Amino acid sequence: MSSISVSTTVNGDPVDFVCTPDESLLDALRNRMGLTGAKEGCGTGDCGACSVTLNGRLVCSCLVLAAEAEGAEIATVEGMAGPEGLHPLQRAFIDHAALQCGVCTPGILVAAKALLERNPDPSDEEVRYWLAGNLCRCTGYDKIVRAVQAAAAEMRSA
Amino acid sequence: MAFDSHEKRVFKQVGTRPPRPDGVDKVTGRAQYGADVTAPGMLTARILRSPHAHARIVSIDTSEAEAMAGVKGVVTGRDFALPEDAGLADIAVNVMARDKALYDGHAVAAVAAVSPAIAKAALKAIKVQYEVLPHVTDVDAAMQPGAPVVLEGRALESVPAGMSVNVTHASEFGHGDLAAGFAKADRIVERSFKTAATHQGYIEPHACLASVTVDGKADLWCCTQGQFMVRTVCAALMGMEASQLRVTASEIGGGFGGKTTVFIEPVALVLARKTGRPVKITMTRDEVFRATGPTVSTSIDVKIGMTKDGRITAGEARLRYSGGAFPCGTVDMGAMAAFAAYDLEAVRTQGWNALTNRPKEAAYRAPGAPQAIYAVESVVDELCQILKLDPLDVRIRNAAKKGTKSSYGPVFDDIGLLATLEAAKAHPHYKAPLKPGQARGVSCGFWFNFGGNTCVSLNVNTDGTVGVTEGNPDIGGSRASISLMAAEELGIPYDKVRTIVADTASLGYNDVTDGSRVTFSVGLATIAAARDAKTKMCARAAKIWGIDEEAVEWKDGAAWPAGPNAGQFPPMSLAEIAAVSFQTGGPIAGHHEVNADGAGVSFGVHLCDLEVDPETGKTTILRYSVFQDAGKAVHPDYVEGQMQGGAVQGIGWALNEEYIYGRDGRMQNPGFLDYRVPVASDLPMIEAVILEIPNPGHPYGVRGVGETPIVPPLAAISNGVSRAVGVRMQELPLSPPRVLKAIKAA
Amino acid sequence: MRYEKPQTVADAARLLTAEKGITRVLGGGTDVLVQLKAGMVEPDLIVDIKALPGIRAIVAEAGGFRIGAAVSNAQLGEDAAVRAMWPGVVEAAGLIGSTQVQGRATMAGNLCNASPAGDAVPALVAAGAVARVAGPGAARDVPVEAIPAGPGKTTLKRGEFITSILLPARPAKSGDAYLRFIPRTEMDIAVASAAVSLTLNDHGVITAARVALGAVAPTVRLVDDAAAAIIGTKLHDDALAALAAACSAACAPIDDKRGTIEFRTEVAGVLAKRAARIAYTRAGGQA
Repeated sequence: MSSISVSTTVNGDPVDFVCTPDESLLDALRNRMGLTGAKEGCGTGDCGACSVTLNGRLVCSCLVLAAEAEGAEIATVEGMAGPEGLHPLQRAFIDHAALQCGVCTPGILVAAKALLERNPDPSDEEVRYWLAGNLCRCTGYDKIVRAVQAAAAEMRSA
Repeated sequence: MAFDSHEKRVFKQVGTRPPRPDGVDKVTGRAQYGADVTAPGMLTARILRSPHAHARIVSIDTSEAEAMAGVKGVVTGRDFALPEDAGLADIAVNVMARDKALYDGHAVAAVAAVSPAIAKAALKAIKVQYEVLPHVTDVDAAMQPGAPVVLEGRALESVPAGMSVNVTHASEFGHGDLAAGFAKADRIVERSFKTAATHQGYIEPHACLASVTVDGKADLWCCTQGQFMVRTVCAALMGMEASQLRVTASEIGGGFGGKTTVFIEPVALVLARKTGRPVKITMTRDEVFRATGPTVSTSIDVKIGMTKDGRITAGEARLRYSGGAFPCGTVDMGAMAAFAAYDLEAVRTQGWNALTNRPKEAAYRAPGAPQAIYAVESVVDELCQILKLDPLDVRIRNAAKKGTKSSYGPVFDDIGLLATLEAAKAHPHYKAPLKPGQARGVSCGFWFNFGGNTCVSLNVNTDGTVGVTEGNPDIGGSRASISLMAAEELGIPYDKVRTIVADTASLGYNDVTDGSRVTFSVGLATIAAARDAKTKMCARAAKIWGIDEEAVEWKDGAAWPAGPNAGQFPPMSLAEIAAVSFQTGGPIAGHHEVNADGAGVSFGVHLCDLEVDPETGKTTILRYSVFQDAGKAVHPDYVEGQMQGGAVQGIGWALNEEYIYGRDGRMQNPGFLDYRVPVASDLPMIEAVILEIPNPGHPYGVRGVGETPIVPPLAAISNGVSRAVGVRMQELPLSPPRVLKAIKAA
Repeated sequence: MRYEKPQTVADAARLLTAEKGITRVLGGGTDVLVQLKAGMVEPDLIVDIKALPGIRAIVAEAGGFRIGAAVSNAQLGEDAAVRAMWPGVVEAAGLIGSTQVQGRATMAGNLCNASPAGDAVPALVAAGAVARVAGPGAARDVPVEAIPAGPGKTTLKRGEFITSILLPARPAKSGDAYLRFIPRTEMDIAVASAAVSLTLNDHGVITAARVALGAVAPTVRLVDDAAAAIIGTKLHDDALAALAAACSAACAPIDDKRGTIEFRTEVAGVLAKRAARIAYTRAGGQA
């Protein structure tokens, strides 16, 4: 298998990496770029722990070939906090105890951010359906929904 | 340590909800979980697994794989020591099969290579010759005479002669005259139940990184619920001394009991020793389902007698559990827990464990209890229906309380069952009207809770801050609760305390994070370590003041002259004492080592409103409330989180989760697509109502809370579904095809 | 394995035709990457079609819409015009997988994956959609129901791939709907499914209908008897009962980890009834 050279943008920064043709974007992020925030919970798109955005669309990075990142814009959990501090969602997740083990948290934060960018005032049901592809085994989702709503309210009033 | 009953304590910090100390790392992606660690020169290992449920391993030819470019080492069962201890030997054989593959997914060989792709390709080059044997995956079938024999000669002495060779454990609990009890009943119901095996379903697959030097020093990083357990087991399997193996627990992406044993860690160590390179193993999700611990699968008979006015006169249960291909004592827990919520004159439970060709059971939140209590609570509910009695009233009428001789022997001390039942009855949820087609299910739940071996160090820094070093992985916010207890005891702000989880070389032994023990046991040890440090700080102040140590007392974060010296000197704060500690005798630290008992049993009551689509059999959960005695809730957010998360795991168990086996004995659904854990849109909010009945065995009254909440949902939902469809459901999960079939048959 | 991202349909067809080994077309990749991960397939060549001209476009055509083969279901769901004309198709596509999967998965991929349980397929079949197939020869148009040949198999020839799907124009007073049964609320594969597309006359009588079932046979089934059961009716209870019976009669399902023969057969009829009611209401009928 000959390697492929890829030029892409991750969290606003230009990144070049080399990958094999069958390598997933998740593996490239974790093993080539050292961005281990996205997790592999299943490798088959069923758990959402590897969620990132690709050209603004929420995707499972385990279901994207690394080679497809050529020329794309990728955003991961590592890019959520800015120089001014944590993203409101990140703060809300801590304040509302919306994480226990925390391994699903990066994926859920990326997914919730994508939701609030499209729908700043979602109903609880919309939050739950949007996040249905992000499994959390610890919290029962209750505090996650509350944290997303708290962050949404804060972002609306900002 | 006894409850501090000398005063009606007003907590200043315990009971508040500060941010968890590891929160920022976990919301920014910085936290390092098992698979996030790497080492220079690291190899990747993959494991070859049996495609057969039961097969003799005739031969394994690894020569072709070993000859491949980039392959650095191959191991099979022969590369592992077989410890004399039967429990450790079972772990060793589960880690890597020897003469037989005992279940679909059982490891038979492993390869370490310079890349994951080469390791994967090398697996295909290993030639294993199997002689396929008859298999058995059903517990009742395994107990039949003539069933395929999984392992021979493993029955404990308690197993009566004449039972199937697969039966390894037998136990019996209870008291009173059953026949007399049933004779007093106005109504007796006897039912049989089955529950499927379920998986803990942690989102993080097992992962580890091992490094072994030529002089035999080893380091292991892994996601585990107990780094000391990993050290003990791996040292035995490696033939190493404990001091030569340092195990560091990574952040852990969920465990729920499933990470209280080892699967891949010894394999990585053996490969690291063989290759001289660091070796990393990360399980795939398929491997997690096929080869790590599910729960027992069960078959249970329950018989209960009740008077017309709702008094239970006798209860009897026969429990048949299978913990997979290795002997398993979990049935004892079920037999002990089954009737724990009831104050009974006559009760008996009998349990048996049978071997099947399934993966080795691992603990899952209150192991053994949910299944047994599901069966008992189902029959209690049916009696309530038949006798037209309120299900909470009946439970209140029969509730175990302080002084009750429990069904498993001990006499209960202060327990919170009645308080939770009464709270449930008084709650608006219980009075809320139901629409046509809707039903409400009720169930009690119980768990023993454990204490266990615990070691904590508390270091007072010269700037007035404090470090707590503990040895239990933080599985759901425990660093926050331990920091809170340290801060409370010392009288300093929460943010002046930092709690870390130490590796095995940095602290004395700690039992695994199980039995809901961490907030209880580590909290208890932390309070004791803080008291030790306070005593030392009082002594330092006494030295500075030139008075007797006994004449100094600690309050509000400072040493105060007391007794005859009261008011003689201004108090010295922790920071002031710490600042001069080098002049008064050196660093100040508190320690505590204990094998803690007095964990204090835990009870909960759940209410569930639901409806069932009569044309498809699909159940929708409409409203769910959890009432539980937490002793003292140290960080209420994370207590609620345990109650909510446990309830939702129980909901998944009740409705959809199950190990499905084909006729070939292979697992049919080893992935999150078809092993259906609840998703966010399946659920309502889970209302968590915390009751605080202090545990007499903890200075702050803390009880473990993590396990009890998974117990009641099984029966609460089954009782609700049974009432909604008018048929008593007797098997879990309540998958739509099963429910629709019951509706059609009615 | 090689990865290629051709810029023209002709180049894509050439690459696929020239490769002697196993090839896979990569659109959204939500099936292909799962198969790679599971080791179910080890392709020699993957052809990413997302750079082909028009492949990610939705274009109005002949009163209907041509949906490019790489249009993600999320993109489709955001197209108000398609949603207004073919709400059942858009909803069916929108049911596939999670939000994350929606960002990548395509209807063409769902069709070519050839699972009998693909959510988009029954709705496309009921809609009378037509797939445009490119390949070494001239492009050809194929009714979608003729694409799947059996579980995991299509009738596409070597070097052929779908470039777009045409959702046809439809008369006034038409409606469609798709329903599936899954044990959870999301993230499952359909255990049984039903799609209904119908047209009414001014009196609310059904004049034309197509009924398709998923996950109850080796391929999605177009059930003419079920359509016949409701054509000429105002979808009263006896028509609905006949519809359900015809659907159940058309089922030839299997017992597997997702459901039983008995359950699938029963529930397919239930879903067809419910979908028919929705489609009827959408067409302007007074239920």
